[in-house]
Amino acid sequence: MIAFWLVGTILIASAVWTIAARKPVYSVVALLLNFAALAVLYLTLSAEFLAVIQIIVYSGAILVLFVFVIALLSSGTAPFAAGPNRLPKIWMPAGIIVAAAFVFLTYALVRAPALTPPRAGAVGNAGVFGSIADFGKALFTVQLLPFEVTALILMVAVIGVITLGGEQMRAPSPPHEAKVERAMREAILREGEG
Amino acid sequence: MMAAPIGDYVALASVMFFIGVLGVIVRRNPLIMLMSIELMFNAANLLLIAFARAWLQNSGQIFAFLVITVAAAEAAIGLAIIVTTFRPEKYVDVDDVRALKG
Repeated sequence: MIAFWLVGTILIASAVWTIAARKPVYSVVALLLNFAALAVLYLTLSAEFLAVIQIIVYSGAILVLFVFVIALLSSGTAPFAAGPNRLPKIWMPAGIIVAAAFVFLTYALVRAPALTPPRAGAVGNAGVFGSIADFGKALFTVQLLPFEVTALILMVAVIGVITLGGEQMRAPSPPHEAKVERAMREAILREGEG
Repeated sequence: MMAAPIGDYVALASVMFFIGVLGVIVRRNPLIMLMSIELMFNAANLLLIAFARAWLQNSGQIFAFLVITVAAAEAAIGLAIIVTTFRPEKYVDVDDVRALKG
């Protein structure tokens, strides 16, 4: 029980750190912590396979992708943090809206009958539930359609990324080059003045 | 051997979800917005898995698996869009994107 709340605290604290961090790299680190805590929670819910998948897919693939994009975008002159920070302007209304939504959701959930699972008529066997064998058997027999849909989604994603990235790789657009050239000229001029 | 009653998991998941909502509303950095969306995905996943455990049915786990796939696809495409949009720009700020304005 103490362990649960410890992991829960890590989960929430790292989520807050993710959205509050100044630089995206810190957000990635916080998100990594968040996903690790989440994997522990999945283990307590006897979802072994999903805990492993959470670590491999999220921490191993998605977060690395984020890090690559951060490196790619900040390889130029301007880092991320240079943009204007709009936090103070919309912090208050956004906080109020989100707090209201949270209260509404909590109210709805407390009244929901779903929170009391069926005692007697629970379908399934507590002994085998959540094991990788059980999950795999369900995935390849009863739930075959979601599995196929998964494959389709991944293929669409790959095609989309190739289409988006391919445009950029084909040829650097002339306006962009002109822009860079102009920026360099201006920089040289400024240096000459100062 | 459930570590905690399901209500606690629901509480954790809803707090995490609204932290994600707040991140999308408040932050203007597209990468952090994308990470907030990941937070929301994961909150939904936590709920699905918690209820799957409560009912001892693995449909919830299968759906969580599907959600993880969708999140991966979303991250890949979203990051590709961010790279193509912001590579020539000086600052990475979603409010500065005007390319789609009519």
